[in-house]
Amino acid sequence: MATRRVGGEPGLLLRAGLGVLLIATAAGLVLALLAEPVQPGLTDAVAGALAASGTDNPVTAVLLNFRGYDTLLEIAVLTTTLVGVWALGTAPRIRETTPSPILLGLNSVLLPLAALIGAYLLWVGATRPGGAFQAGAVLAAAGVLFILAGRRPATLIPDVPPRWSLVLGLAIFLAVSLAVMITGRHMLEYPDGLAGPLILVIEAAATLSIAAILAGLFIGGRPEDEP
Amino acid sequence: MTSGSMFAFVGVGLLVIGAWALALRAHLIRKILAINVMGSGAFLMLVGSGTPAAGPPDPVPQAMVITGIVVAISATALGLALVLRIANATGKPALPEDVERDLMDEEGP
Repeated sequence: MATRRVGGEPGLLLRAGLGVLLIATAAGLVLALLAEPVQPGLTDAVAGALAASGTDNPVTAVLLNFRGYDTLLEIAVLTTTLVGVWALGTAPRIRETTPSPILLGLNSVLLPLAALIGAYLLWVGATRPGGAFQAGAVLAAAGVLFILAGRRPATLIPDVPPRWSLVLGLAIFLAVSLAVMITGRHMLEYPDGLAGPLILVIEAAATLSIAAILAGLFIGGRPEDEP
Repeated sequence: MTSGSMFAFVGVGLLVIGAWALALRAHLIRKILAINVMGSGAFLMLVGSGTPAAGPPDPVPQAMVITGIVVAISATALGLALVLRIANATGKPALPEDVERDLMDEEGP
């Protein structure tokens, strides 16, 4: 290519062209932002329908009720990503070292605390900022600490492979969204009065799965004892 | 200028910085970082432009950004796993056309 120097480094012409392109893009975006914003937005529409959504927090209402389809597909994306990472190979073998006593001591404090914070975030999502993804992220951080300390994720129930927890969120969400169709409703259209409990069930399952998937992604491949 | 539009303008800046690095850097982990910087810029723009000067913020952009963050994490994780495979297979974390390039900017900019 004419604009490339020896060794393949991008040349001055390429850099200048890219710079002009990016400045033009930035100028266009700034102009669009400075222009009259789209009003009145959807704040009032969400506030008006909030009472029927089964939750008091507008963001949770949008995520799990009004735009439940987005969230369903989002959990599907997470699950598919883990399948993709597993398909790329087994987890890289990390050199076994004795974990530092500081990490172990910290873990004994942080792990129960993370479980508590996760449960709180899940529960508080109905009324205030919080919810399945925040709770799942906290639990996943606990899982990462757990893995760093050299522990292996194990399940307490015998004969249930750990990977069941990975698909639990997607499975429950799909089951609920399809089950409401039996009574002649649309997919993800919760029955009156049941929206709150159903959202809580979906979020609880999603929290577990998100935590398991994020911690699984941290491992970076298929664990060797999994088929 | 409201604080919301301030965030949106910073988002535009991050988007441009990320796009620049994505196009010019050869190291694949740098490209993934650049995509994440771009994504953060897009999220800031969405949330910033959805925050009016008065009154509560619009919950719809916030819900979209939460969804977007999770998808961005998934894409990053898959990208990093792919980089790992490429580095294991070729010995260099770069695309085939970039393997001759200076990945770590050791020769200066």
